[in-house]
Amino acid sequence: MTDTAGVSPSASQPEPTSDSKSVEEAAARAGQQQGGLALLRTSAGRNLGLVLALVLVCIAGFVTSGSQFANLDNALTILRLASVIGVVSIGMTFVIIGGGIDLSVGAIVALASVWCTTLATQRMAEDTHWTMMVFSALAVGLGCGLVNGLLISYGGVVPFIATLAMLAAARGYAEILAQRRTQLVSVSEFLDFFRIDVLGVPMLVLIFVVVSAIGWVVLNRTTFGRRTLAVGGNPEAARLAGINIKRHTVMLYALLGLCCGIAALMITARTTTGASTHGLLYELDAIAAVVIGGTLLSGGRGTIVGTVLGVLIFGVLNNVFVQNDLSSSAQAVAKGVIIVAAVLLQQRFARQSSSSP
Amino acid sequence: MTTQNTVHDGALLQMSGIVKEFPGVRALGGVDLDVRAGEVHCLLGQNGAGKSTLIKVLSASYQPDDGTIEWEGEYVSLTTPVAAMKLGISTIYQELDLVPDLTVAENIYLGHELSKGGFTQRAAAASNTRAIMERLGHPEIAPSRTVGSLSPAGQQIVSMARALSHDTKLLILDEPSAVLDQGEVHNLFRVIRGLTDEGVAIIYISHRLEEIREIGDRITVLKDGRTVATGLDAKVTPTKELIQLMTGRSIEYVFPPRPDTPRDRGEAVLEVRDLALAGVFSGVDLTVHAGEIVGLAGLVGAGRSEIIETVYGARKATGGTVTVDGTKISRGSVVAAVKAGVGLAPEERKSQGLLLDQAVYRNITISSLSRFSRSGFLDSADERRRSDELVTSLDVRPKGVSRAVRTLSGGNQQKVVLARWLLRDCRVLLLDEPTRGVDVGARSEIYNLIRRLADSGVAVVVVSSEVEEVLGLADRVLVVREGAVVHDAPATELDESKVLDLVMEGRVA
Ligand SMILES: Nc1ncnc2c1ncn2[C@@H]1O[C@H](COP(=O)(O)OP(=O)(O)OP(=O)(O)O)[C@@H](O)[C@H]1O
Ligand SMILES: [Mg+2]
Repeated sequence: MTDTAGVSPSASQPEPTSDSKSVEEAAARAGQQQGGLALLRTSAGRNLGLVLALVLVCIAGFVTSGSQFANLDNALTILRLASVIGVVSIGMTFVIIGGGIDLSVGAIVALASVWCTTLATQRMAEDTHWTMMVFSALAVGLGCGLVNGLLISYGGVVPFIATLAMLAAARGYAEILAQRRTQLVSVSEFLDFFRIDVLGVPMLVLIFVVVSAIGWVVLNRTTFGRRTLAVGGNPEAARLAGINIKRHTVMLYALLGLCCGIAALMITARTTTGASTHGLLYELDAIAAVVIGGTLLSGGRGTIVGTVLGVLIFGVLNNVFVQNDLSSSAQAVAKGVIIVAAVLLQQRFARQSSSSP
Repeated sequence: MTTQNTVHDGALLQMSGIVKEFPGVRALGGVDLDVRAGEVHCLLGQNGAGKSTLIKVLSASYQPDDGTIEWEGEYVSLTTPVAAMKLGISTIYQELDLVPDLTVAENIYLGHELSKGGFTQRAAAASNTRAIMERLGHPEIAPSRTVGSLSPAGQQIVSMARALSHDTKLLILDEPSAVLDQGEVHNLFRVIRGLTDEGVAIIYISHRLEEIREIGDRITVLKDGRTVATGLDAKVTPTKELIQLMTGRSIEYVFPPRPDTPRDRGEAVLEVRDLALAGVFSGVDLTVHAGEIVGLAGLVGAGRSEIIETVYGARKATGGTVTVDGTKISRGSVVAAVKAGVGLAPEERKSQGLLLDQAVYRNITISSLSRFSRSGFLDSADERRRSDELVTSLDVRPKGVSRAVRTLSGGNQQKVVLARWLLRDCRVLLLDEPTRGVDVGARSEIYNLIRRLADSGVAVVVVSSEVEEVLGLADRVLVVREGAVVHDAPATELDESKVLDLVMEGRVA
């Protein structure tokens, strides 16, 4: 995901890529009238429900905490916190659209964060360059993702079980490595980099924005994205269409592993520590964000925009609860309610746009 | 089970002015249909004319936006499928809707299980099932078989049995013969005659005119969601007139001419040697030259689909070799086959071919994505353009390439699967039942396209249950029986009865 130098071709042929959206819309509007429009309306309708939910949560925040909620600092705090889980959710969106699931993301985050903050790694980073820490976290994430993917594709283990095993193993290994201690980050260049603000936007938020943007492009504009939709939507048809679905599945999990590596760096930098307790329950938060974002758990359909909205909704919600000193148990209950409400709302919108002309 | 129909002078069913709209499509724009007890009423119309939609209104899967339904002289409103069933309307849909993991008996009584105090009466269900199967002429299908293990034809019989397990006065069959071979069709007709003798009315949908001639009494023709003719005599109305009514133009229903000189064959492109799949077929040899169309004829279940799926690598061969242009293809690898230039349009369009929720153009380009991409980025304007050309030449209706494939009619979905492989420049094209469910007009278009592809140097293999199609389209015909090729001859040396003899021989002997 980091080798985004590949974006350049799109710039070198701006005509089809930048115009294709307007072409799409024009075709929907003019050519096949409501047929295309109905499609457009369903995904737009889904996202509209999410925007509505987001606005409601924000209003709730404003009503209960007033200006304590509605100020720039708080907004940035929300975003900074949401960014970490957001990056994981983008990767999770791909895996779920591709017909899979990954329960091990939180554990991978923990392992990657511990690995890149061990004394050995940090000493090496000081001797060479601070990006050694970055590389080691990304490598650990990618490696775990690859193992997941290979087990599922070529080992024939169902995703639920394979990643459940990874969840246990990775978190356990992280504890062994860290000896259950919290490891402080002493490489100052590393911390400095993640503290940079670009035009007032914190680095963590910037990373989330970039990852989301790349995710959107990959899903909507590349063969990889198109194949992901096919593999999740109808694996047998995809196979008979000549897509290497095993290799594709491995790539999906590897990609998510890489996202976990990025998230590990973000949380390590934010807390200035590496710990085996990082990323607890990330799998639930990420899956929840993806699902309320309108991605089908059975695969074949989903959007990046929906996932981003889902992440933001949970981010704001957490903040509102913290501001009001409500317990994390109450938070959990509210989350459950939100998930159900959002899904019901989406269905309503989807049905409306498909049944009425 | 059977129905003693009080003799009705008038219509059993009278639908008037039925309107049904989907977002952006007026599927039915005022359709009239009247059906009498004991008759076989045929519905004719091009792909997308609205036949399936009309019967879904009748079976209450869809609610009409306008229009009235009279049943035995009384106005009724059919609000739920159960209500329709209670009246005595049973439907066998174009796309079979059985639960593959349940047994035959469980499927037949699904939703109206025989039970006493909450416990299912399995013995009673089994014996009733056996009786129905007997009546349908298929006593060999055991009530305890799982439906998934049956052939498509067998599953069709189960659907039929399910319909008959109700008190049925009107049985609707939406393209039932599409999955059947000629022998099975005759059996189906025998069952239908038995039912009409008992006073049951039948609505029969098919694109095969010769079937309608044989079994039908009256014909209603739909075109673009309207009734254009009704009450036509099924036996004597000239074919020309029917086609004119359906399509609004006259089509010579003919196959494209073969290159008349016994052609200077191109080099052998596809060579299959001694191919075997344990328990299904063995010792299959097949050579297809550039520019040649080879037909595989045989009964449903003879192993034709399995043979080409194995050639394609979708099933892993247990013996033998497949070479394309001299390169051996590794067993059981679709990716390798596709790389070598082989394409397969599969038999089961829904489960094997289509991404139902995706747009038409995405379904067409999915096998040729690399052609539309530059370093991984897709040029979707170009995708649409190329898809649009194909959709136009295959006459897919409605024409837009952005709509989800799910909203197309059955025959139009078939055309989309075909378009996928026409778009890809294949060296070898394997077509399994390429015209299943496709209407008369589009058929000749498809035949022409296939012939043009062959003329451009592609090696084509066609599997079809319609002997006429194999003979008319192919240069050479292989007859498959019980997993072995029993005959290999130029199509011009065969005729329909010869092929049928070859096909059936195994049964008689
Ligand atoms: N769920 C749906 N949403 C939108 N449009 C639909 C839907 N179902 C059918 N249509 C449209 O309604 C029209 C009639 O379709 P229908 O399936 O009734 O055709 P048909 O006569 O049965 O054709 P075929 O011979 O190909 O089976 C078509 O234009 C089709 O695209
Ligand atoms: Mg139909």
